Parts: sequence; structure tokens; C-alpha cells
Amino acid sequence: MAFKPKIVGFLCNWCSYAGADLAGVSRIQYPPNIRIIRLMCSGRVEPFFVFEALKQGIDGIIIMGCHPGECHYMSGNYEAEIKFNFIKKMLNFINLSDRITLKWVSASEGIRFAKVVTEFTEFIKTLGKSPIQKSKNNSDLIFSLTAMQQSMNNYRMRVLMGRKRKITEQKNVYGEKVSIDEFEELENKAIIDEYNRERISLILKKHPLSVKNLASSLDLDEKSVLDYIVWLRSKGIVDVDKIQGLTPYYISIQED
Amino acid sequence: MTELRIGVFVCNCGSNIGSIINCSELADYAKNLPNVVFAEDNLYTCSETGLTKIKNGIKEHNLNRVVVAACTPRTHEPLFRGICNEMGLNPYYFEFVNIREQCSWVHQKEIHKANLKARDLVKMGVARSARLEALEKYQVEVTSSSLVIGGGISGITAALSLAEQGFEVYLVEKKRKLGGMLNDLYRISPNYEDPSEYLQLVKKVEQQPKIILHTNSEIISIEGYIGNFYVTIKGQNKVESVEVGTIIVAVGAQVLKPVDYYNYNGKDIITHQELEKLLKENKINQKNIVMIQCVGSRIEERHYCSNICCMNALKNAIIIKERAPDTNITILYRDINTPGTKNELYYRDVRKNEVIFLRYNVNKPPVIEDGKIRVYNNSLKDDIELDYDLVVLSTPLIPNEDNKALSQMLKVPLEENGFFLEAHVKLRPVDFATDGLFVCGSAKWPVSISEAIAQAKATAAKAAIILCKPRFEVEGSTARVDTEKCVGCEVCIKICPYGAITKDDNDQVLVRNVLCKGCGLCGATCPHQAISINHFTNPQILSQINALVERE
Ligand code: FES
Repeated sequence: MAFKPKIVGFLCNWCSYAGADLAGVSRIQYPPNIRIIRLMCSGRVEPFFVFEALKQGIDGIIIMGCHPGECHYMSGNYEAEIKFNFIKKMLNFINLSDRITLKWVSASEGIRFAKVVTEFTEFIKTLGKSPIQKSKNNSDLIFSLTAMQQSMNNYRMRVLMGRKRKITEQKNVYGEKVSIDEFEELENKAIIDEYNRERISLILKKHPLSVKNLASSLDLDEKSVLDYIVWLRSKGIVDVDKIQGLTPYYISIQED
Repeated sequence: MTELRIGVFVCNCGSNIGSIINCSELADYAKNLPNVVFAEDNLYTCSETGLTKIKNGIKEHNLNRVVVAACTPRTHEPLFRGICNEMGLNPYYFEFVNIREQCSWVHQKEIHKANLKARDLVKMGVARSARLEALEKYQVEVTSSSLVIGGGISGITAALSLAEQGFEVYLVEKKRKLGGMLNDLYRISPNYEDPSEYLQLVKKVEQQPKIILHTNSEIISIEGYIGNFYVTIKGQNKVESVEVGTIIVAVGAQVLKPVDYYNYNGKDIITHQELEKLLKENKINQKNIVMIQCVGSRIEERHYCSNICCMNALKNAIIIKERAPDTNITILYRDINTPGTKNELYYRDVRKNEVIFLRYNVNKPPVIEDGKIRVYNNSLKDDIELDYDLVVLSTPLIPNEDNKALSQMLKVPLEENGFFLEAHVKLRPVDFATDGLFVCGSAKWPVSISEAIAQAKATAAKAAIILCKPRFEVEGSTARVDTEKCVGCEVCIKICPYGAITKDDNDQVLVRNVLCKGCGLCGATCPHQAISINHFTNPQILSQINALVERE
């Protein structure tokens, strides 16, 4: 059977959804794979919606908003773009970042809407079925996506996303402006760290493991695992479960 | 929790949906979805009969959620919500599924897949409807006065119309004089009225006790929300703050000076605006006049058609012809835009009047050289050479430079060219998406005087709907803070585009409902996920995603 990708579109009410309506009124034909979820603004897209959809086996996700400067809530699409880039960077770790895209479509761009959807659908077809659906053996992927989803829900990550625009565009309370490069350096490190910490705390929920075990199953070096463990312990997220020989085994002590 | 009783109404929309989607099958499918107790298809769900069927459905089957699968919520949602309301069902228990614009109309050649998609969409809608929550609308107090920004024909008309209905109006004009572009015109197309007829309105404004006039003034800040806007106006020697219930943007536009086009020099190569001035002074006696249309419009940098220049050029041609019938007038054009039966007839008349029309090719535009104009003619496949004593360029109206600053104060968007962007081009043409704010005239798009007046009156009528009552109802789909989860980090306060989130005296974060537009930015950002967005809650959105992947 030919591959029929399932694509979810998150569209803002004011421009993109109206653009989709215009494509309809103009009878512009495009592939029937997209299922649209209407939101008031692209800025409403919670990063974990995207991870949830991917986990469920959705093949492609398209977020659409108004063109820069035209968001009906002024800055929603800028914020959407920031979140989108965070998500994309995370998905890069597991080679899924191609399956999401962010496009600007205005209310008058029915033709563009159809074109964007057609192109994305074609592109997803070339990528093939979502790896989640492809094999039953997808627990590693689900695990990684869950860790990402959780790190997107975590405080530090959300503060970074939420404050990026203001911090890099305006001066902070000390009258300093942080350059975008400086910020992104911090951001990239945070993305890696939070993702790894979430992976560690997730895996330690299942059974106690040593640093060595963790390092090999998560493909990290022991030094960084140890650093993460120290951090997680200081936050009361993991603790020592037992000591076998001289090796401590850790466990997650966080309640769900 | 009361038992969920969902009713699904599938619209055939005549053949618009019915010819592609098998609506009775779709209704049958819906019947088997969780919590659906009733489903049927109708020919036209929005017709009297269709609406009655919804009402009966609610009554007979005790529905507490209504799902309509039909066209777009952007047009018909208010209608169906109203029906729910009428039947005592909270309007936010209504859910719209779009199977026309986003299904039957766009997948006409893939009928089978379109039907599958329609099923998915209905399934998603039903799942979402199960999660919907009843919401209340909020009441705000209304100050019964209005601000009108701009003293051109649209601003004057809007201000007078409101004042005559008894509302106080603050009319703010940047320049010294009211009347805007009317002051520069010689005659108005297509009936050759003297602009002074319209400028009589200026006197009326000055005599109208309800209008408080601020000329030579500009707006420096706008705060607040529908019914309660606080506006600071800076005049020449004083700054004043006023409180108004509505704001009408009527700032007009300006004529593009064609400095980089066709050797424009303001002497023998001029704009129509300058021509009008010369006509006023009776200084036109040239023998050969060439007018060039679409100068600086419909090109790469400026895609749009300025809408009024064709009629204006035709009118000026006739005026000159009538004064001096042996003047040779040639109009070089790309397309003539004279919409409406009257204007089309007018165009034909002008053609009969020995005005010559020559079409030019945008890729080979006319060239002015050595006192002559050369223009390539597509039919002749050759250049035509024209003598001229005067060249008149039709340049477009362009947005004012200060639109940007004003749009930021109002927190409303501009479109790509810098004109103000209305909430919906057809359905809400003079409204902004933000309650209590309206726009008319060339601030939005180049319009003729009659259109400007019509739009201005529309804004006045819409503003009056708000101003005539002491209170106004605003949307219930706003953000809501869960005080248990909130730690007071203030990220939301900083990210809200409307300043709608604040802290109260007890340092507790709260959303001021009247300011909140429900965009959802704060919810998607809150580091502790302590904010939910009414009507677009996480569970509601996740239910749509989940429904989509569920296997039957
Ligand atoms: S409203 Fe379209 S992106 Fe914000």
C-alpha cells in the first residue's frame, strides 16, 4: 500500500487558517493528508504538542502563522519561531527535525498555503513513514521523545524560551544587552544538558543504575554522567539507591 | 460530572460538500464515536430548517455539546453559538468542524481520501467537544466618548457622525488644517464636484460642540482596552490625557513622490496631485499631454494597485479636454481599473472624447528621452514616439511613515505594505481584531472619497454600538492562572503583548480578562505551566491529536 502520511497542521486563526479557507474558496487542490488544528495564534503552540504528536506516530507537523510583523497579537509568531527552533534543535539529536516545519502564510495567500502543504507532504513522502510507526521496536525513540517532551516542560528550558526575545532585543535590569550569539551558546548547552538530565532521571525511574551503566546505555561519557548525577541529586531528583562493592547505584526519587 | 451527550450535524451545503463527501455516511460514522448520542445530515445546516433541526436535536436528545461539520468557523461560528445560547446551552459548548473550505473544496479529485479526511476531522472535533468547558463573557464599563485619529474626509465623517448621535469625540489631526487630501484636489471624480463642497464639513466640525478638536497634534500613547482607552495627545504647547471608549483610525495615506521614475522634475514631468494644483490656478495650456499610469505601483517593490489613480487620470483628462478641446491627451496604461457600472461607462465616455489610450508593456515601459516619449506597442510590435509638453504620472497612495508607531501604540497589525490590517477583509472590514478599535479610509487601502465616507460611517455605526450602552460584553476565551501552580516568576507578564497580566496587592499573578485576547502566548510559555487558555486548553488540543491517531 502506498504511504499516506498523516500530517498535523497547527494554524493560527487570523492568517494561516484564513489562508487555508481562501485556498478552499478558490478551489485550489492540495493533497488530503493534512489535519488542521486551529489555534488563535501560532504562539499558542506548546512545544510538547509537537513531541506528543511525534510520539503518537504522526509523520509530519507543520506550524503556520502570520508573516513576521503581521501577527494579530503582534509578537506571537516571533515567539513561535523561538520555540520552534528549540524543538528543532532537540529533534536533531534523533534525526527527526526534518519532520517539522514552520511557515508563514497570510490570509490572502491561498495559493501559497496549498503550495506549502503540497511541498511538505511530498517531502514527508520522501522521508517515508515515521520511524515510530515503522517498527514495533521503537521504545528507544519513544524514550528519547519523552525525555525531550519533559525537558521542554522544565522550568529552565521554558524560561530560556520565554525570555529569549526580550533578553536579546532589550537591555536587562543592569542595562546590558545579551548578544544573540552569547544567548544561543547558552541555549545550545542547556538543550543538551536538559535533554540528558531528563534521560537520566527517566531511565532511573525504571531501575537503579551506576554511572558506568548510564554512560553506556545513553551513549555519554562517564564524566558528564557524573556531573549530571551530582546536579540531579542536588535538586532532589535522584538519589543513591544502593552501593554494590564500591559502585553506587542511583534511582529516581521524583514522584510523577 | 454530567454525562456527555454530543450531537453532530453534518451539512451538505447543497452540493458544495455533498457532491464530494457522503454526508449521511459521515453522520452514521459520527454516531459511533464516543459520547455521540445523535447525528444527522442536513441540506443546509445554516438555513432556518437546519437551525431548527439543531434546536430540536438539543431539546429531544438533551444534547450538551453541539458539533457542526460544515464550512469555516471564521464565518459561521457566531451563528451556531447563538443557537446554542438560545437553547440554554453555553455557547462555548459548540464545536465547528471545517469540511468544506478545508476538505470538499480542496480535494475534489480524491473523493475517497477526502471522505476519510472528513471522518478524521469529525472525530477530532467530537473528541475536542468532549473537553470543552462552559465560559462566561465579561462585562466592562464603557466611557461614552470616542477618539478619531486623522482629520481627512474619513476622520471628519466619522467624527461628525458620532457627534451627531450625541457622543463626545476627540478629533486629532497632525496638520494645522482639517480636510487632508481634499485640500489638494481640484475636482472629484467622476462627478466633478468641487472639493469645497466637502470641505464645508470642516466648518460643521468646527461648529459641532461635541467635537473637541486637536489640530497640530499627535498621539503619544494609548493604554487600556475597549470602553476604557487612555490616550495622551501632544499638541503644540500642551500634553493632554483623555479617556475614550472606542478609537477610530482614519489617518489616510500619502501620494508617492516619483523621484526615481520617468525623470520626474516637478516642472514638465509632474504628478496628478501637482496637476490638480495647476488646474486650480488655471495654468494648464500645454498642447501635448501624456499621462502615464501605474508609476511606482504594481511592481516588485510595491505589488498593489492603488485603486483610485485610473479614475483620477480620466477625470483630469476630461477637465483639460473640456477647457481646451484641441489638447492632445494620451494615456499610457497597463490596465484600466474602473470598477462599477458607472465608472465603466465613464471610461467609455472618455474614450469617445478623443483621449488616446495606449497600452504599454511592463517589461518595456515608456522611455522619456530628448523631449520625446517612446513607448513599445505590443500590437505593432514596434515603438511609438510621442511629443509632449507635459507628462503627468499616476503614482500610488502609500502608507504614512508613522503608521508603524501608531500601530504599536494601538497594538494592531499592519499588512505587508504598511497599511492597517483589518480583522477580516470581508466579514469585519472596518474592525481591528482588538475590540473597540476601528479603521476606515485610505489608512487601510487607497480608496475613493465615496468609499472613504461609506467606511467612515460604518466605523461610526460600529463604535456607536459600543458607546450607546454603559457596559459591553467581551469574549470569555482568555487566559487563566492556576494560583496553586504559579510561583510568580513573571515570565508571562513580560511576554504578554497586551500587558494583560499583572500582580495584585498580594503579589499574586492575575489576568485582566478585558485586556486578554486569548492568544495563548503566556500559556505556551509559562515555566510552570500554570496558565491555561480557555477554549484552547492543553487537554482540548491534545484530544484532537490523540483522536487523529486512534485506530478504529
Ligand atoms: S495570530 Fe497569526 S501568528 Fe499570531
